[in-house]
Amino acid sequence: MIIQQLSVFLENKSGRLNEILDILGHADIRIIAATVADTSEYGILRLITSDTQTAYKLLKENKVSANLSEVIAISCDSLAGDFATKLKCFSEHGINIEYIYCFSVKSKAFLILRANDKDAAIKVAKNFNLTMISEKQLTDL
Amino acid sequence: MYYQPEIETITRLELEKLQVKRLKETINIAIHTPFYSKILKERNLSADSICSIEDVRKLPFTTKEDLRNNYPFGLVATDMKNVVRLHSSSGTTGNPTVICHTQKDLDNWANRVARCLYMVGIRDTDVFQNTSGYGMFTGGLGFQYGAERLGALTVPAAAGNSLRQIKFITDFGTTAAHAIPSYATRLAEVMTEIGIDPKKDTKLKTLVIGAEPHTDEQRKRIEELLGVKAYNSFGMSEMSGPGVAFECTYQNGLHLWEDCFILEIVDPETLEPVEDGEIGELVLTTLDREAMPLIRYRTRDLTRIIPGPCPCGRTHRRIDRIKGRSDDMFIVKGVNIFPMQIEKILMQFKELGTNYLITVDTVGNNDEVLVEVELSDLFTDDYSKLQQLTKSITHKLKDEILLTPKVKLIDKGSLPLSEGKAIRVKDLRNNK
Repeated sequence: MIIQQLSVFLENKSGRLNEILDILGHADIRIIAATVADTSEYGILRLITSDTQTAYKLLKENKVSANLSEVIAISCDSLAGDFATKLKCFSEHGINIEYIYCFSVKSKAFLILRANDKDAAIKVAKNFNLTMISEKQLTDL
Repeated sequence: MYYQPEIETITRLELEKLQVKRLKETINIAIHTPFYSKILKERNLSADSICSIEDVRKLPFTTKEDLRNNYPFGLVATDMKNVVRLHSSSGTTGNPTVICHTQKDLDNWANRVARCLYMVGIRDTDVFQNTSGYGMFTGGLGFQYGAERLGALTVPAAAGNSLRQIKFITDFGTTAAHAIPSYATRLAEVMTEIGIDPKKDTKLKTLVIGAEPHTDEQRKRIEELLGVKAYNSFGMSEMSGPGVAFECTYQNGLHLWEDCFILEIVDPETLEPVEDGEIGELVLTTLDREAMPLIRYRTRDLTRIIPGPCPCGRTHRRIDRIKGRSDDMFIVKGVNIFPMQIEKILMQFKELGTNYLITVDTVGNNDEVLVEVELSDLFTDDYSKLQQLTKSITHKLKDEILLTPKVKLIDKGSLPLSEGKAIRVKDLRNNK
């Protein structure tokens, strides 16, 4: 249930994000979800792609500082309150969420989250019957 | 107008005679150290090899490395019981360099500093405030003893605490002061902030600035801000400290005291003398030191001789303000920094790559150091860890170079790959 996420160090330079997305675009790698966190000096681009391993290899070849990290994904209803209910399961069991981003397809919303303890997070998700999404399911969306 | 007219206006001919005599004496003292005895013997040289001042070129060079390798007392040429003081560098890039002094050495040094201060109009009626760090830093005790020798009321205010400095200036009626250029500007700023007009509310008229490279524009600004005349001072701990060369009231180059030092400017690559007026590395031989004579010491400072006589009447030649270094050392706020020190710290972090660039620039009135360093492959996607990393690098660098640099993480491969020697330091201060 663990999903490989690609993290890229983004220097605060105009055109840098484009360069990286171009590399992936030319290799026909689809971007399923993306988020950019930024400070005044640099940003971190986080991506779920259709072929993360290839994407990682390509970025390395192009001398981009990139890394793989593990996240989990759960699906929610895009209804008010559903996010809150689901996140509460984690906090009540002492699991910290380091960051979260989401996207939705039709009426389904998907939460990508990074927990301080991913194994414990998976256990909690199972206990509460949260719908976890596999990497395959995500790429098939 | 001269502190020692017979020395300061000595004819060139007499000066050279004196230099030859003193160089012979210096060799005879230096030969008591295993280091000089060995290298002079190898070359079959002795005091007798010196007949004219040009003969100094027969002698081998001494480098900072030699001082380090003979740490701490290997180059002391006298019985240790005659040594009364030592000054040591911080030793951040290896063994520190230690300079030992006999009482006579200290007297000669104080005399040189007194000569400098007298040259810019400071007298026994003046109140001289020294804002240098005391202790191992030679700008502290060096100016203290020099100003006392002159008979000035000397205030050992030491570094920092601007409000206290300003209180001393107003309460004691300070008329002259020694400060590094960036601190002089800082003092002017603080005075303005607390409503003191340096021109009306203080008696300051003379400022001695040095220990940090600065431009003539910076000097003019300091003069304007504080309503003073500011004079450039040049010295280095290996040559005892301040009092090696100093500007006269014409403010056009620094008279180097040639009765105490042999002045040479050489090409740092070929080590051959350059033409008068051309820039090269300053090489100095001490002529009046007992404890630790140094022969043809390579200072690494780049400067040139200003050709021609000075209207002040002094016959000791003038050097231009220091243009840079023949090694990569740079000076910020009076602190000597080598890129190696910074590199040493950066390499301790596995998250960092090997490429980095140090930029020194003036921001507002402050000199700031920016360290840009490329990340390694081990880049973490965790934000707090990246910020922690930046913090941790900054702390360690501060411990090493004694200043807080700004640290910026940059993408791998974003610094230009250099052909040959990598450019590690960009000093933008003199371009303004």
